[in-house]
Amino acid sequence: MSPELAGFFTAWLLLGIGLYGLIATRHLLVVIIALQMMVKAAMLMLVVAGKLNNQLALAQSIAITVLVADTMAVVIGLAFTVRVKTQFGTLDIDQIINTEG
Amino acid sequence: MMIILSIAIVFCGFQAISSTRLLSATLWLMVVSALVATLLYRLGAWQLAVIELSVGAGLVTVLMVFAITMVGDERWMPKSGSVMLWGVIILSILLLIVITVPTKTNASPFNSTKLATILWQDRGLDAVAQIALMFAGVLGVLGILSLHHTQSAHKLKDKNMPEMPPTTKNLQL
Repeated sequence: MSPELAGFFTAWLLLGIGLYGLIATRHLLVVIIALQMMVKAAMLMLVVAGKLNNQLALAQSIAITVLVADTMAVVIGLAFTVRVKTQFGTLDIDQIINTEG
Repeated sequence: MMIILSIAIVFCGFQAISSTRLLSATLWLMVVSALVATLLYRLGAWQLAVIELSVGAGLVTVLMVFAITMVGDERWMPKSGSVMLWGVIILSILLLIVITVPTKTNASPFNSTKLATILWQDRGLDAVAQIALMFAGVLGVLGILSLHHTQSAHKLKDKNMPEMPPTTKNLQL
């Protein structure tokens, strides 16, 4: 199997797993983990597309931007998670909605 | 080798989602990041692989473990997926395959542009935006956490301070 095909194969399945985690789980921290996995899949796809089109440097620079934005999203998401836990006492999204409603 | 790497990434990813403890899920995610970095290196994107290894497997894992120590490593039960959920996921993957398979175009076979040239010259404005994003993220987190500390300090102060008689209050004013 070539590295490009392996990259595509991994990215498709990682995105599916991330989507499953995003829809099926109701825990805030696991939602962040699922988002991380989807971003990794997008990054892999960018690099594979860049390699196939002989534009690997451009693809890497875009992927670095994605990585920075994703890390900031994780940092802010974790800070919100800590605040939600201290405010509501739980990280379950359903319970938070019920408490608020 | 590549097929083993791909299967290992997918397996660890599924373990990260289906693990019942938060710390285990975080550690599985760290393994996914390390394996993705290996795959990126094999693809020739070694600069990105190093950044992914240090940021994805290092920094994010440390931050998540720190957050778990603050909120507690509570157990959670993943919901069993319904048929519709699996249908949506399979449909999304199929759509993605349809979109990404014809990626190959007639690009120039010679492309000697270096990453540093693209990152700091061609996309220099994006680099500045990234730095601004980092500072905004750090300031946002500091704001959120300091708000929490301020509220806690006020609560503690109200709890410890005994109710003074009105005459004492007037004297103080």
